[in-house]
Amino acid sequence: MSLNEEVEALRSVPLFAKIEPSKLKLLAFTSDRLTFAAGSELFQEGDPGDAAYIILDGKAEVLINTPNGELAVAKVGKNDFVGEIAILIDVPRTATIRAETELTTLVLSKDLFFRMVAEFPEMAVEIMRELAHRLESTTGQLREANNG
Amino acid sequence: MSFAVETSIYKYVLKYSARQQVILTLMAVASFPFLYAFYELPKMIVNGAIEAKTVSFPTTLAGIEVDQINYLWILCAAFLLLVVINQAFKYIINLYSGITGERMLRRLRFDLYSRILRFPLPKFRRTSSSEMVTMINSEVEPLGGFIGDAFKLPVFQGGYLIVILSFLFVQNWFMALAAVALYPLQGYLIPKLQRRVRVFSKERVRLVRQLSDRIGETANGIEEIHTNNSARRELADFSGRLGAVYDVRLQIYIWKFIIKFLNNSINQLGPFCFYAIGGWLVINGDLEIGTLMAAIAAHKDLAAPWKELLNFYQRQADAKIKYEQVMEQFQPAGMIEQSRQLDEPEKIEPLTGEVSATGLSLIDETGVPLLESATFSVSSDQHVALVGGGGSGKSDTLHLLANLMEPTGGSIQIGDQKLAALPEAVTGRRLAYVGPSAYLFSNTIRDNLLYGVKHLPLKESTYSDVERRAQDKQLSEAIASGNSTDDLNADWVDYEAVGVGDDDALLQRLFAVLGQVGLKEDVYTIGLRSVLDPESQKGLANKFLEARDQFRERLDDPEISALVEGFDSKLYNQNATLGENLLFGTPVGDIFNMDNLAENEYVNSILDREGLTETLLEAGQQIASTMIELFADLPPGHPFFEQFSFISSDELPEFQSILNRISRDGLGSVLAEERTMLLSLPFKISPSRHRLGVIDDEIQDRVLKARHAFAENLPEQLQGAIEFYDRSTFNSAGTIQDNILFGKLSYGQAGGAERVGEIISQIVIDLGLRDPIMAVGLDFHVGIGGGRLSAVQRQKLGLARALLKRPDILILNEATSSLDGASQTALLASLRDEMQGRGIVWALNRAAMAEGFDQILVMKAGRVAELGTWNDLNKEGSALSELLQSE
Repeated sequence: MSLNEEVEALRSVPLFAKIEPSKLKLLAFTSDRLTFAAGSELFQEGDPGDAAYIILDGKAEVLINTPNGELAVAKVGKNDFVGEIAILIDVPRTATIRAETELTTLVLSKDLFFRMVAEFPEMAVEIMRELAHRLESTTGQLREANNG
Repeated sequence: MSFAVETSIYKYVLKYSARQQVILTLMAVASFPFLYAFYELPKMIVNGAIEAKTVSFPTTLAGIEVDQINYLWILCAAFLLLVVINQAFKYIINLYSGITGERMLRRLRFDLYSRILRFPLPKFRRTSSSEMVTMINSEVEPLGGFIGDAFKLPVFQGGYLIVILSFLFVQNWFMALAAVALYPLQGYLIPKLQRRVRVFSKERVRLVRQLSDRIGETANGIEEIHTNNSARRELADFSGRLGAVYDVRLQIYIWKFIIKFLNNSINQLGPFCFYAIGGWLVINGDLEIGTLMAAIAAHKDLAAPWKELLNFYQRQADAKIKYEQVMEQFQPAGMIEQSRQLDEPEKIEPLTGEVSATGLSLIDETGVPLLESATFSVSSDQHVALVGGGGSGKSDTLHLLANLMEPTGGSIQIGDQKLAALPEAVTGRRLAYVGPSAYLFSNTIRDNLLYGVKHLPLKESTYSDVERRAQDKQLSEAIASGNSTDDLNADWVDYEAVGVGDDDALLQRLFAVLGQVGLKEDVYTIGLRSVLDPESQKGLANKFLEARDQFRERLDDPEISALVEGFDSKLYNQNATLGENLLFGTPVGDIFNMDNLAENEYVNSILDREGLTETLLEAGQQIASTMIELFADLPPGHPFFEQFSFISSDELPEFQSILNRISRDGLGSVLAEERTMLLSLPFKISPSRHRLGVIDDEIQDRVLKARHAFAENLPEQLQGAIEFYDRSTFNSAGTIQDNILFGKLSYGQAGGAERVGEIISQIVIDLGLRDPIMAVGLDFHVGIGGGRLSAVQRQKLGLARALLKRPDILILNEATSSLDGASQTALLASLRDEMQGRGIVWALNRAAMAEGFDQILVMKAGRVAELGTWNDLNKEGSALSELLQSE
């Protein structure tokens, strides 16, 4: 897997879609690539979070703890971005992610991410815009739910 | 070896070298007749043999008749003989005085150092270490030279002067008197001027001492200088001090040259008198021409001893002052008696019984009371916690208990022994003390552990005959200089104190104490990362190869094979850099240093031969352009450069211009130096880590070919510079871990390093290699002040050192405060367990930790506030509960 493929993967993440390719390349180059064996966990619910993961290859399950044990709530795969909340604010992980197959990820550490944002404010603007979109759509969903 | 301070340098000289000084003086006196003859002979040659004025030929010499020519030959031969005799005298006297001086210098330095060992602790707060260093190293250096000359020089040079003068006076008293007429003036004036120089010299010594102090301070306070942006101020300060030194030195030069001017001018009066008065006498026929010539020759030699004497006068005064200055610094009040420090008691009894302090008080040098009539009594087999806030005096109490200081008033008694009267041989062996930051000596972990059980040489070292002779010579020299006669090569380890019988048991005991302080795993890891020394390789190399084989077998498991990429001479290792792939071995020394491969001539010749140079240059170009693309927007000095870039921010513009030139004029336009810059880039690339896609399969294949060419054509003189990876031989330049791994950790495998560590650890245990690896770890050099270990590791090692000597009472002065809470609790339990049945007195940094101790001693403002058990004391209104609440 070369740097360019990683840049492509980063571009497919909405949060990074509009950011200049050269910045994404720097982000990719400075980030570690980490492979998880099938069955191993990227992180566990309740852990303090310090990194987000972009899945470059493989499949994983999103699990949450319920009184009746673990419950798989979603599946994630190539080009999905997981754990991103943790690099924006200090909250414990809200779910566990477990690799179903061998999983290749790009690790975006909080530290690195903030340094990039500090260095390139245009990145911050793009991210803000994306977050606003999300807020807008969540609010929309909420409104619909209330009306419905 | 004990000595009272000699108040003056002459007393010191006479006390330790009276015999040598007498011998030197006698030798000097014995040389004078020959000297006189040496001046007399030329006169006989000129007047008698050549001019035949005083002798009529043929004449008889010792009953044999000789003619004029033979007479001349005989006299000339005698002259030559006298030259040799006189020079031989000089040689022997100088050598002997050199030896005397050097021995005395050695003695003086040894005395001073041994005094440092006996300084009372507060003295170290007032005197900086660099000051002591300059005094012992450079300031006493001239004293050695002076001591050798102390008596011999005035006798020899003075005698020399008198011999020449008397010769001159015998020839013609009037002429001689005129020649030395100004000597008294010189003898009066010059010392006066020299005294002036000496005042400046003293000032210079003082300034230079302060200067070295400042340099020492800068090194110690470097963090403060950086974090306070005070470099400019420091530079200004230093510059000012240098200015002061300059001024003083300039004054010294001015006065020195004035002295020289006067000296030389006055000395030239001699020849003036000889030419004028002597010439007049010869013309009048009152003086033979040979006599005048001999007188001129003799007078020429007069200047040297005269100058030496004047110089000596100055050196003598200098040496007196310097000696007094230095000695003053080295006899502080309250020094420990030498006998208390070095004498070996006949029998050392355990320090057990009641530990009772009565009316203990301690006042510091500024008169502030630290302890005021503290009185307490505990049993020596109890575990006592000492708690109290800042200024409570708990740490001072421990200093007194460890006999590090003497109380100003009151006393401590253990059993029926008065602590202050006990020699260090007892307190240093039966008690153990660990302060808040234990000091490690610049040595191996093993030596630091054993430091507490090496008190005196116990078992003689075995020497070959040659070594024995060298050793004996060393010993006799040491005796002649009053130095230590203990053999450092002997076995100093007190096995009995450790409680073991032999080296194997000792090793196990070392591991055990390391386990008790929680350092075992650290030492194992250090050992794993160490290079095995050739001596231990012999027995162990095969074992480690076995471990390598077993590890290889585990690699068949696909889950594990993903974690490590083994070395294979036929395959390109994706997790190694191109440089590592090319060398396929561990560099020994600096020739094939991975950072400078592009500059290496042989590497370049191999690349050329395989046609790789151009390819790699292109790869370098690609990497450079990627780096510029990635990093050009970052400000210079951004941490990313250091962390991620192959090109530093300073080099970036340079690479930019190289690339521009290449795109304009082609690769040919690149200078040799720039080629090296470009070429160095691909060497650092590892495909799997850097994902730049620059080193493609084709390049990899060609690097593999180059790898083989590199090994096959390696010239003989480079054979030692690299140790190739070979599946079936132990790589003696690589670490133990690298040898077992025989490959590279795969990049980016989650938890890979830990998993591999576990597998290696398992194999190591299966093969019984854990102990040998830990033994290798024990040989790790901890660096100056233990700097290569972490603060926590240093502290734990300090505790292990204390445990090893099995003290009757373990005194801990906030010895675990640098550790985190959980490790402190674990260590507390483990140390208390080890010291079961023996005593602990532990000044705790948090009162809450005192729960569970047999006795708790609460101190407040230098007094004992409470003493009792946790349950007794933990009540409303007690000093303990007050402390607990404030935490």
